[in-house]
Amino acid sequence: MDEINSLMHGFSVALTLPNVGFMLVGLLLGVLIGVLPGLGGANGVAILLPLTFSMNPTSAIIMLSCIYWGALFGGAITSILFNIPGEPWSVATTFDGFPLAQQGRAAEALTAAFTSSFVGALFAVLAITFLAPLLAKFALEFGPPEFFAVQMLTFCSFIGMSKEPPMKTLAAMMFGFALAAVGMDTVTGQLRMTFGFTEMLKGFDFLIAVIGLFGIGEILTTMEEGLAFKGKSAKINFRVVLHTWKELLQYWRTFIRSVLIGCWMGITPGGATPASFMSYGMARRAAKDKESFGRGNIEGVVAPETAAHAAGTAALLPMLTLGIPGSPTAAVLLGGLLIWGLQPGPLLFVEQKDFVWGLIASMYLGNIVGLIVVLTTVPWWAAILRIPFPVIAPVIIFICAIGAYTVHSSIFDVVMMLVFGVFGYLFKKLRYPLAPLVLALVLGDMAESSFRQSMLLSQGEVSIFYSNWLVGSLMALSIFLLLLPAWGALKSMLRRREANAYLGR
Amino acid sequence: MKLTKIAVALGTSLAFFAVSAAHAWEPTKPVEFVVPAGTGGGADQMARFLQGVIAKHNLMKQPLVVVNKSGGAGAEGFLQVKGAKGDPHRIIITLSNLFTTPLATAVPFNWRDLTPVSMLALDEFVLWVNADSPYKTAKEYLAAIKAAPDNKFKMAGTGSKQEDQIITVMMQKAAGKKITYIPFKGGGDVAVQLVGKHVDSTVNNPIEAEAHWRGGKLRPLCVMDAKPLPYTAKVTDKQSWADIPTCKSAGIDAEYVMLRGIFMGPDVAPDQVSYYVDLFKKVRELPEWKEFMAKGAFNQSFMSGKEYTDWVAKNEALHIGLMKDAGFIAK
Repeated sequence: MDEINSLMHGFSVALTLPNVGFMLVGLLLGVLIGVLPGLGGANGVAILLPLTFSMNPTSAIIMLSCIYWGALFGGAITSILFNIPGEPWSVATTFDGFPLAQQGRAAEALTAAFTSSFVGALFAVLAITFLAPLLAKFALEFGPPEFFAVQMLTFCSFIGMSKEPPMKTLAAMMFGFALAAVGMDTVTGQLRMTFGFTEMLKGFDFLIAVIGLFGIGEILTTMEEGLAFKGKSAKINFRVVLHTWKELLQYWRTFIRSVLIGCWMGITPGGATPASFMSYGMARRAAKDKESFGRGNIEGVVAPETAAHAAGTAALLPMLTLGIPGSPTAAVLLGGLLIWGLQPGPLLFVEQKDFVWGLIASMYLGNIVGLIVVLTTVPWWAAILRIPFPVIAPVIIFICAIGAYTVHSSIFDVVMMLVFGVFGYLFKKLRYPLAPLVLALVLGDMAESSFRQSMLLSQGEVSIFYSNWLVGSLMALSIFLLLLPAWGALKSMLRRREANAYLGR
Repeated sequence: MKLTKIAVALGTSLAFFAVSAAHAWEPTKPVEFVVPAGTGGGADQMARFLQGVIAKHNLMKQPLVVVNKSGGAGAEGFLQVKGAKGDPHRIIITLSNLFTTPLATAVPFNWRDLTPVSMLALDEFVLWVNADSPYKTAKEYLAAIKAAPDNKFKMAGTGSKQEDQIITVMMQKAAGKKITYIPFKGGGDVAVQLVGKHVDSTVNNPIEAEAHWRGGKLRPLCVMDAKPLPYTAKVTDKQSWADIPTCKSAGIDAEYVMLRGIFMGPDVAPDQVSYYVDLFKKVRELPEWKEFMAKGAFNQSFMSGKEYTDWVAKNEALHIGLMKDAGFIAK
């Protein structure tokens, strides 16, 4: 009950008039940052960080973390409306969100996305409130082999996802791995596949690839198909929100599963992006009507959004207790903590009670206020789709270019974005799936270094991947998931052969 | 009394005018502060701290904007500044990758392509083990490495063929045994790997491991400097930074500090350089800076001009020697 007392104290810190004001400012800025692709929570927080140095640390972190919540909410908006993920973790939201928007159900998709974000965050904050010390200890169990096992699990939960032929999926994934390998190799300290071009040193940023592949690619396709977005006749009124809520209740299983995946990935710290992919994959596997995924299934929006927001929230826990940031944004916030003279680590909870519990209380309040803010704006966001394509397309391209430029302030990246746009278009025309490419690009690098770190640790012994219960069970689970589709295929093949044999006789 | 006060005031304002007349140049647009490393690391923390205090105390009329250019172990940032010929609105903060990256990867840049501005501080390295490990002193730890077969002991560090691995090679020399080096992306990750007992030791910078030490999770064995650290304020109940012995005294012949310095692009005017030298001199007087230095147990050496250039040249020669010995130089 100690936690409840501390939390109540936290609320009294967070609920002062100036702090609520900072919260609102942070949320609005955050939504805006989330909507602009490429700007991203990390950049947004980094830009605004210096402005907060004259504020007291508690108010400052409340405002900055609200920017973070706002960005998490906002990332879904462009994914659903234009198939452009504003943040890496909203890539999986586009799979079903965009088809929904095309069917004129944008408002429903947005409501589902925002509500799921809220649920994900709420449960993650509850976990932080009551289980912080326990969870922090669990995060310490993760060495390189455990990380690799988690990444393997993400890949395996995603396998068999695509409706395209397996060879095309594999080709797209390999292309993603190749792109991920460009640049510095952390393990040997050598440059790879830069072909002597200094522009290639930094490798291919995930965000630039995603903005190009999805955003520009989508615009090219739309241009070919007659210069109009398909889903214009969105029903726009507030009743849709209430209606969607009623519908969402039936997905309680998806919510629970996604919250668990999200919290776990945020704490370990796998991050919000893998969490959203894993959760989407798991939801599709568990669903009865697998075929409807990717064609506009509300559940396909609920799963990744819940997990991403849960992970994004839970990622703050390892930052506060261990000083390891679970996400790029958390890394920037961590820098802020040090500048305010707060040293993250096991003692922060003891030495800086006001600060920590003020922050945790602001997580509750920030998400509640955030939900209200974004839900009231749903009709307006959905109304953007009524703007004629010739007007909105240049604006989108312009915003995409700014987004790509901001990532590294480099013009070369804008050019790369356009190149990726052409790739996105070709992929669509040739019916290659984009999701495996994106997944490989975001996880390939991490998985590779974890694997090689493990191999260094064990001096080349593969047994390190089943040397303790944690890594062993993670690996077993991923192999199970990997073989599940194969088993299903084998079973139906055998059945067919049996039937054939029966008929033959 | 009053008279002297007025005289002092007059004197200072005169001195102020004299100074401002001597430094006619001032930034006319926002200054880009390049960090050749990712967000959250030591260089990034220092750059963002500088950005913050400079804004807070209004030391610059134009804003200072931190930009991370971490690609290719920092080569991205250095190449950009190298290309900024005569551009006074771009400065860069360094890590040891100023020397190690061109040596290890053969990417074409050298500190001589840049204009040295000033040294801000030197970052120290400490040998850390988990607090639950049986090794209480560096001597005991060294003896354990000596007694075990090659590659039994594992050291985690930041990046590959950079400062942490160079120090590991020095330790290998002292022990006469191979130590397995495992590279990670950032210093924070490295410290946590040691707290989680996935490796045996690290050579984290003080600021990266301080919180874990205070929390009773890590134990410092020795510091890689010529003399013990000067900070005597207690960090834990019993120990202060000053209580950590030097590695040399324990028989590990490893002395290494890392430059945190400022450079500009080539061909900038002398008064532009001296503007930044003065700026950082002013920063050094701020109480916030002193607090930041004490927290991270930095070596507070400050240099500029020829003294600084000579120091950098000497440090480069040292790195060439160390990297050659370790076999880290690109062919």
